[in-house]
Parts: sequence; C-alpha cells; structure tokens
Amino acid sequence: MDMRELIERLTSRHKLGAPIFQRPDLTFVDLTDNDRLRALLVELRDIEGFTHLVLLTAVDWIEEGKFQLTYMLNNRAANQTLGLRVYLERKDPVEFTSIHDIWPTAETYQRELREMFGINFPGSPRVMDEFILEGWTDMPPYRRDFDTLAYSQQTYRDRPGRATNDPRDHMKSKMYPEG
Amino acid sequence: MTFQWIQIPYALLTLFIILNYGMLMTALIQKIGARVGGRYGIPIWQNYIDLLKNIALRSKISHGVMFYLGPVFRLTGGIGLILFVPTIYGSVMHQNFSFAGDLILALYFVFFGTLGMALGAAESGHPHSAIGVSRGLSQVTAAELPLALGVFAISLQYQTLNITDIVAAQQGSIFNWTLFTNPLATVAAMFAFVGTMMRAPFDVVLAPQEIPIGPPTEYHSSYLALMQTNRVLYPIAKTVIYMNLFFGGATSWPEFFVKIFAIYMVSVFIGVVYPRFRVEQSIQFFLKWGLPVGVLAILMV
Amino acid sequence: MKDMDKSFRKDTETEFPLREEMRPRTVTAPDGQVIEIDPLRDYFCEEAPKVHRKSYSAIVEGFYNWARANSLWILGFGTGCGAIEMRPLMTPRFDAYRYGIQWRPTPRQANLLIISGYLSVKTLKRAIRAYEQMQQPKFVVGLGSCTINGGMYWDSYNTIKRLDDYLPVDLYIAGCMPRPEALLAGLMELKKIIRRGEAEGANKYAENFDWYKANQKSVIKDWDMPDYSW
Ligand code: SF4
Repeated sequence: MDMRELIERLTSRHKLGAPIFQRPDLTFVDLTDNDRLRALLVELRDIEGFTHLVLLTAVDWIEEGKFQLTYMLNNRAANQTLGLRVYLERKDPVEFTSIHDIWPTAETYQRELREMFGINFPGSPRVMDEFILEGWTDMPPYRRDFDTLAYSQQTYRDRPGRATNDPRDHMKSKMYPEG
Repeated sequence: MTFQWIQIPYALLTLFIILNYGMLMTALIQKIGARVGGRYGIPIWQNYIDLLKNIALRSKISHGVMFYLGPVFRLTGGIGLILFVPTIYGSVMHQNFSFAGDLILALYFVFFGTLGMALGAAESGHPHSAIGVSRGLSQVTAAELPLALGVFAISLQYQTLNITDIVAAQQGSIFNWTLFTNPLATVAAMFAFVGTMMRAPFDVVLAPQEIPIGPPTEYHSSYLALMQTNRVLYPIAKTVIYMNLFFGGATSWPEFFVKIFAIYMVSVFIGVVYPRFRVEQSIQFFLKWGLPVGVLAILMV
Repeated sequence: MKDMDKSFRKDTETEFPLREEMRPRTVTAPDGQVIEIDPLRDYFCEEAPKVHRKSYSAIVEGFYNWARANSLWILGFGTGCGAIEMRPLMTPRFDAYRYGIQWRPTPRQANLLIISGYLSVKTLKRAIRAYEQMQQPKFVVGLGSCTINGGMYWDSYNTIKRLDDYLPVDLYIAGCMPRPEALLAGLMELKKIIRRGEAEGANKYAENFDWYKANQKSVIKDWDMPDYSW
C-alpha cells in the first residue's frame, strides 16, 4: 500500500494537515477538523484495512495551550502504521469524543487519559474509575504544570544527606580531572 | 488382650520415637531432593527449629472455637492412628492399644484429621481456605475408595479385622506378605497411598504455588506448630498401616525404619516423576484406575 | 539538577470521598428487618496492637531468639525491581534454604517482610496490611536505595522516600539493585540482630502506633481500612 497515495485520496474528502513520512512503514498526519474524527477512523478501519488500534496517547503542549491526541492505527496486511493526530483546546474541562464503540480497547486508553491528563471521554465505559492511581486528589500528574519534584518534596520526607550529582559533570571530573 | 497401665507410657514412647523419626526423615527427604537439584539443602534439624520458632511467636489470633479445634483434630487423627495400630509386631512395648476391630478404627482415623481440618479452616473465613478444603476433601475421598476396597479384600482374605492378626499371618517368609498373596489389593491400596500423602502429583491442595497453600492459609504460630507436628506424624502413621497390612509389618525398630523409608520413598519417586494433577484429573484417575483394581481384588478373594 | 517550580503548591484541601462500599448505609433484610451497617466499624476489629513482652527469663528468650534467627520465613511479596533479586536465592547457586530461610505464601505464617524496592502509595497500603497481619515478632528489611531515600525515584509523585516513616525497619540493604550476595549478607546480619534480641520492630510499631498511622494516613488519602488490620 502506498501511503502517499492513500493520504492524497483521504485529503480529497477530509481536512488533513501535511503528512510526515517518518519511515517506509510509519506515517503521521494531522486532522484539522475534529468533528470528522469518527468518520475518518471508521473509514480507515473498514475500507482501508487499518483494523488495529495500537495505542491512543496524549501530549501536553502547554505553551500552545493545546492537547494533542495521537491515534496509532495499524494495517497488518500492508505492514503500515498511521498516526492520526488531533488537537484539543487546553481549557478545563477538556472533553473529547469517545471511540470505544469503534475499538473496545480504546476504553482502557481513555480511562488512562482521563486520569493522567484529565481529558474526559463522556460515554466511555468506566471512564471515571481509577486507573492506576488510588485516592488521587491533586491535578492530573501528566499535565506539565504539575511539578512532580515539588509535589514529592511537599508530600514525602527527605532523608538528610542525600547528594545529587549531574552524571555528565561527575564523570568528567572523575575521568578527566585536568579538564 | 487385656489392658494394662504400663501400656500408656509404652505407647507414649512409641509416639516419641515416631515423632523424632518423622522430623528427621522428612528433613532428610527434602535434603535428598535438594541434592538432586544441586543444592545443599536444609539442615537436618530444621524441622525442630521451625517448630520451636512457631511455638515461640508472641501473638496469635483466633477466628473462633472451631478454628482452634481444627489443628487439634488433625493431630488427634495422627496420634490416634499411631496409638491404635501395633507398631512393632511381637513387641509388648510397642503393641499400643491394638484390639480386635482396630482396622476399622484406623480407617476412621485416616479420615478424621482431614474432616477436622475442614471445619477449622472453614471457620477462618478465608476464601482460599474454603477452596482448599473443598478440593482436599473431594480428592481425599476419591483416593480413599481404593484403600477401603483393598482393606475389605484382605480382611476377607485373612478373616479378621485385627491388624495384629493380619501381621501375624504374614510372618515367616517374604512370600507370605500380602504384597505377594494378594497383589491386587496391594496395588489398589497403593493408589490411595500416593493419593493421600500430599506429595506431587496429588498435592494441588497444599502446594504453595497453587491457591495460596489451601486450608492452612490462616493458621500461624502454635496452631501451625500443631499442624507441623501432625505433618510429620501422620504420613508415618499411615505408612505404618500400609506396612502392617501389605508388607509384613516390622519386628524391630531398624526393620521398621527401613521399611517405612522405603514405602515413603514410593510416593516421593512418583512425585518427582509426574507433574501435578488438577483435582478433577486426580479424582478421575482414582475412579478410573484405583476403583476397578479394588473391586477386582475383592472378587479374587 | 532539574529546576523546580517554586510556586507549585500541592492540593491539600480536597478530601478523597469514602468509597461507596465503605459508606454507612441502611439495608432492608429479606424478612423486612432494617439494619444499619457501618462497614468500617462492623466488619473490622478496631483494637490497637499491643506491646508484647519478652519472655521473663533471659535464657529462654535467648533460646527463642536463636530459633527465630534460624527459621526466617519470608513473605513472598515483591514490590519493586528488587523482587527479581530474591528469586535467585532459591536456586542452587545461592540456596538460602540451608540457612533456614524459606518463603511462605501467606502473611500469617511469615515473619520477615522484605520491601524489595520502590513502594508506590498504592502498594504501600497493601504492604501495611500484609505487615500488620503477620504475627509477632516480625521483621522488616528494606532492600535497595529506593527504600532508604527514594533512590532514583526521589522526585516521583507516587513513591515514598523513607520506608522507616511508615514501617519499623530492622535493616537496610543498600544498592540499586543489590545483588543476591548482598541480600544474603544482609540476611546474615539480620540473624545477628535477632540473636542479640534487638529486632523488636513490632513492639516499636505498637509503641509509636499513632506516629506511624499519622504518617501513613498523610500519604494514603483513601484510607478505607481499619487502623490495624488484624
Ligand atoms: S533501588 Fe534501584 S533496583 Fe531497587 S527498586 Fe529502586 S530503582 Fe529498582
């Protein structure tokens, strides 16, 4: 399957950004019209043979005020992986459409995103249940304005006497003392 | 045989000897297993230390009366078995409380401990105990059937229910042993033997790798110490019955030790060769192979 | 070193709501009777642990301690990377059995808890329960630098830093990760401590019970178990 040709075909009907052909078998492309996501996913699954949802993950672009969601799809027969990216406004509450009815596995990923990034997927089964954190009351820990070092210092007691070395400087001073 | 007071200390002495023998023998067998696996193995007195450690624990909690009685029943099963079965044939000292119908009583005691344990473990309320108990009971019940049939066969053969008489009938030559006079009954009973020794392949009930260790999940400190004591006594007691019924009994302590060790090793060998069975597999196995042999043994007599 | 956001304040206000199955409720029994249930009070025993005295005679206690030292039963509960270093101890190469060390599957029968590495808050809750269900005297060994000062998880939002804030630790084995030899050496050292009669962690826990509980509850926000799991 030729990915360039596929992207061209899709661009005629969907609003896609500029594709990145990272490897012969790995392509990334942005979808600029969030409302068309489900239509595009169903088309990719049923017509183009991308039957497998590899993963669904998020990136916090705090400077741009955006969350990026990446849907990694795989076409086994053609050995092609397509990363479909959409951008959400980074304002509370963040919500997005659930795709658990297209791929049941998405349910787990959406639970994780809800817990770690605070992105809610209304209608997804058990999405409000705890995923790996237990009794978490602070802001979702994978958001970049959550400072894990500060949090850990305010929560857990340090043992005095712990020293930290920058590995690079440390090795340099040990192995090349003259500089 | 009339009852004499002197029998009580004698019987206790027997118990004491068997207890120590059991402690050392189980450790020795573990050690042999370790050596086969290339390890050094536990010290031979490790059983004593573990026992002492468990007794020395400072706190214990109870889940009710039955929880408490479970290990007691279990130990009663082991001790009772020893007390009512003649250990050494022809010795006044180690004749114990053998009497005319003791074979039936012995069969009863074999089962008694398991039942008591079932009640106690169930009281602890731990789901793993309950699962372990139901598995254990069904397996032991299935495994005991061939034994019962084998025992009926030989009591028909010797026309008695007294173990001493049965042993007496087997004296003289090795070919008088039930093993040779009634091999089918022996085979049937050996099915039950490997089935109830709680060694692989039939140890799914107690094996630590399975549902965490089954009935004794909640037992600790002194309760566990009681059960440990029983775990060394009971197999020996059971082996004594088999020795008496099928392998000509023993006339002296050295003969006793050797024979018990040999019979015990049967189950050990089978254990190292075969992988562990699931409960329904072993039940099927006993009903399919053990039972017909037992029935045949009765028909033969 | 990574810079820290000085203005970051953790949220100390929000309380975690009690789980639904733990909330008090009224139930109507099949025969029409109405029953009030408060799971935390009705299902569990509320008693605090007590301090258990040593035996009165020093000789007996010494004898017992010798037995305890030579029959260490470890709870088979691995928490971090270090758990992988406990398995080789059973193999022919290290063979811990010859020192009377064995692994038990249930906390009731074990008397040594090895915290084998980093402990997330979620696991800490389980570790506390397991520890409390063990019978006295009981010992805790912290394995790896994660249990000492957080190790390489020193800035993690979800792993504790000092194990001795939450459980009474008898011995630490340093390293990331310590090799099985180090573990064996540590266990030998623990034996010596026990024989000297200094491994009284359980009593320490009972004496400073309030302090330990306050520490534990300050990190475990959804505390839905009794104060002491009998
Ligand atoms: S000390 Fe090192 S090896 Fe041990 S748990 Fe922590 S990171 Fe893992």
